[in-house]
Amino acid sequence: MTTESGRTSSTPVHTLDRVVIRFAGDSGDGMQLTGDRFTAESASFGNDISTLPNFPAEIRAPQGTLPGVSSFQLHFANYDIVTPGDRPDVLVAMNPAALKANLADVAPGGLLIVDTAEFTKRNLSKVHYATNPLEDGSLDSYHLVALDLTGLAVGAVADFGLGRKEASRAKNMFALGLLTWLYSRDTESTISFLQTKFASKEKLRDSNIAAFLAGHAYGETVEEFAVRYEVSPAPMPAGTYRQVTGNLATAYGLITGAHKAGMQLFLGSYPITPASDILHELSRRKSQNVLTFQAEDEIAGVGAALGASFAGALGVTTTSGPGLALKAETIGLAVMTELPLVVVDVQRAGPSTGMPTKTEQADLSQALFGRNGESPVPVLAASTPSNCFDTALEACRIAVRYRTPVIMLSDGYLGNGAEPWRVPDLSAIEPIDPEFATAPNSAAADGTPRFLPYERDEKGARAWAIPGTPGLEHRIGGLEKSAGLGNVSYDPANHEAMVHARADKIAGIVRDIPDLEVDDPSGEAKLLVLGWGSTLGPITAAVRRVRAAGRVIAQTHVRHINPLPANLGEILKSYDKVVVPEMNLGQFTQLLRAQYLVDAECISRVRGLPISPSDLANDLTVRIDALTPETPATGSTSEETK
Amino acid sequence: MSTDISPDQKPGYRGLANVPLALEPLNRKDFTSDQEVRWCPGCGDYAILAAFQGLMPELGITRENTVIISGIGCSSRFPYYVDSYGMHSIHGRAPAIATGVASSRPDLGVWVVTGDGDALSIGGNHLIHAMRRNVNMTIMLFNNRIYGLTKGQYSPTSEIGKVTKSSPMGSLDTPFNPVSLALGAEAAFVARTIDSDRQHLTAVLKAAASRRGTKLIEIYQNCPIFNDGAFDAIKGPEADEAVIKLEHGQPITFGTQGSRGVVIRPDGSLDIAEVAEVGIENVLVHDAHRQDPGLAFQLSRLTDAGRLLRTPIGVFRDVERPAYDDLAREQLNLARGDESSDRDGALQELLFGKDTWTVR
Repeated sequence: MTTESGRTSSTPVHTLDRVVIRFAGDSGDGMQLTGDRFTAESASFGNDISTLPNFPAEIRAPQGTLPGVSSFQLHFANYDIVTPGDRPDVLVAMNPAALKANLADVAPGGLLIVDTAEFTKRNLSKVHYATNPLEDGSLDSYHLVALDLTGLAVGAVADFGLGRKEASRAKNMFALGLLTWLYSRDTESTISFLQTKFASKEKLRDSNIAAFLAGHAYGETVEEFAVRYEVSPAPMPAGTYRQVTGNLATAYGLITGAHKAGMQLFLGSYPITPASDILHELSRRKSQNVLTFQAEDEIAGVGAALGASFAGALGVTTTSGPGLALKAETIGLAVMTELPLVVVDVQRAGPSTGMPTKTEQADLSQALFGRNGESPVPVLAASTPSNCFDTALEACRIAVRYRTPVIMLSDGYLGNGAEPWRVPDLSAIEPIDPEFATAPNSAAADGTPRFLPYERDEKGARAWAIPGTPGLEHRIGGLEKSAGLGNVSYDPANHEAMVHARADKIAGIVRDIPDLEVDDPSGEAKLLVLGWGSTLGPITAAVRRVRAAGRVIAQTHVRHINPLPANLGEILKSYDKVVVPEMNLGQFTQLLRAQYLVDAECISRVRGLPISPSDLANDLTVRIDALTPETPATGSTSEETK
Repeated sequence: MSTDISPDQKPGYRGLANVPLALEPLNRKDFTSDQEVRWCPGCGDYAILAAFQGLMPELGITRENTVIISGIGCSSRFPYYVDSYGMHSIHGRAPAIATGVASSRPDLGVWVVTGDGDALSIGGNHLIHAMRRNVNMTIMLFNNRIYGLTKGQYSPTSEIGKVTKSSPMGSLDTPFNPVSLALGAEAAFVARTIDSDRQHLTAVLKAAASRRGTKLIEIYQNCPIFNDGAFDAIKGPEADEAVIKLEHGQPITFGTQGSRGVVIRPDGSLDIAEVAEVGIENVLVHDAHRQDPGLAFQLSRLTDAGRLLRTPIGVFRDVERPAYDDLAREQLNLARGDESSDRDGALQELLFGKDTWTVR
């Protein structure tokens, strides 16, 4: 559909329902910032958005090389989308390396916007281009817009007296201005963003704004683009929205949890990719009664958090896989002392150091089982960036109510990815009551009142008295304790009873967990695709494709890994086949098989990237067809479909 | 002169400035739990526990605001025997856990009980970082120069050549000098004392209670089972010749009737000299409040690294330095502002952020 728009330009405007743009350049080119700004513009325009930042672990890898390429992908649409998109429709490539590293992903016919200034002989040879791809016809199947972005940016900021190197840095803003024009976005929000960001650096502020506006004007005046595009706002439930990343939502969920419990939030943490942003955010929130402690190591981070919990604060620690390994012993102590503790693991690709900036779901087994002894811990897995808020809040609630460490699994894809979030009404969130003990809960044989720290309530949670409470002085620790009284005990029957008491307490949390819902519109599906954690988006996208192609499939998604929802076993048994896409080699699948004796099959991807919806749709299609004697007509599964 | 009492001058010990004082005087028994003490007969830990329980009523703080955190090892059973709040935690991590306790609660007096293996081997990292940060806690490091709980392996303070179960041909490890280590780690209060000298031990613990921040107290403690007699030289009849007592403002002399003294040689090194030869005016006067830790470090080197035949004891360093958790609370209070402000409103505003859009 083409609509004439008289807003600022005479170029015809096409209305699209979805676009995927990828910004790619050297890690110093400001691609994350550019992508982030375009996301903000799209979000505030009312599009649904989903993003995927992808950057090298090296802060500044050698310039112009493939390892140095940093990219940011944004998917925006006029309907609710669930992934950052498979294949970009638009690639902005700031140098030959960025083009080479990303070209294979671009949809045929896609738009390439390329900075010619960087296509020098030297830069081409760095990435082994024998000839210049902008000139040798190899890009003929794309819509190539080759511009001297650097030169144009330098020209635009000529009046500000910057050196050439400094001036050329404005090229990302020039590109952003161009895209802003191309997709009919408003310029105001980026201008006011730049005004705030560089408030104290006048020259930078003015030059960046000038480059941005110059890019916008360039699109308008140069006849490079025959049409421009518009993606109308997406229909969404009523409410006030903002953009949020998973790490930010996690931080907000933790703050809200402690606030609702009337406790101080104490974060003990050690910087680690990709979890550090939670530490950064919480460090800025002292006004919300958040105390952050950057510890000497992962162990001290969780140790201090547990100490703070012992003292009556809500202790939290944030980390990634290698850090979780180091914290294991202290989490075990929290199991034994039965104190609240929230452990956030923003998973990354492993094992060992693995690929720190890439995503994976392979810490599941570690979270469930990575401790000595029988040490059950509730495990929750966030499914989308905004769901990190609810998951973190729920982790706080369970930790305080049940006096237990809780592990929340997020991952690099959720942590760094952004999506719109309907901001909750704080007053609608249930308070959390820590139920601190303030008086003796029993009496000795002679009638003297006394406090039993291991006396349990109907939920199995122990009585919790914090230091400063007179008359309830007691000692806890890692040694096995006698039931009720809490004295050190080596009694065999007591140990067995305590092992069961701890296990029963965690298993009993199931009463707080909602039943799982299955999306099976016709009720006739034979195959159930079941995911957990961050695969929700890709699986939902794949399911839409499968259904659009005329096949029947059921979908469900687990966020509570331990304990599992009460009705899960029943659901699993009502389908002929259960498949579990996971970004590991089948850790959740193994759990389901062991727990429910069901022949679940894992569809595994461990590429450091979110599962590709189109690949997954094909995998699902093959399995559905194998269950169905007559295969329905094949439809397209190549794009994410409404 | 004003009669107002500033927080620094209120009754009680400055190191425990924010900890509530008991309304009724407490006694030693109040700090004794109902648990049977289970150290080996003759263990030095008994004497330290007794001195601690004897001192607590004098410090005046309430029992319920007294917190003892320990790691793992024989000494780390300590919290079970004191009727206060306590946690027997995991090996080496007590300073980290105590950091969380102290940071979140200014109204608690925090003691850490640890041993040479716990503090200096598995927990070395936490120990040095607690000291450099200067978190409000008193660390009592029971040094018996052996692993007791695991039945007799050499520890990070055992002398080179020590024959143990895990070093049948003699230990190859160079030992730590805990006082030197603490001074190198920026500790503001560093002292050494002996389990059997209750008066000295109590005096050092009291001095520690007067100072904010991390107080590291090394306590030589005899293990009668696996390292008996390790400190005989400084406890026996010849102790006068072996123990160099450091007293702030006093010339550092020792030996029979103070016949020997510590002097600074022209090259800056410390040496032992006969006082009669050099003159008392040339004997080094101990200044625990000296900001520069250099001299305190040199004094710590007068300790024998091998079999202990001579050592200084007392407060090596006692200087004013802001405590980490006091500063952290200051930042927090500054950010939080007025108690009457609308906390719910502020959080709701944070959740909304600056960039919202409304869908109707």
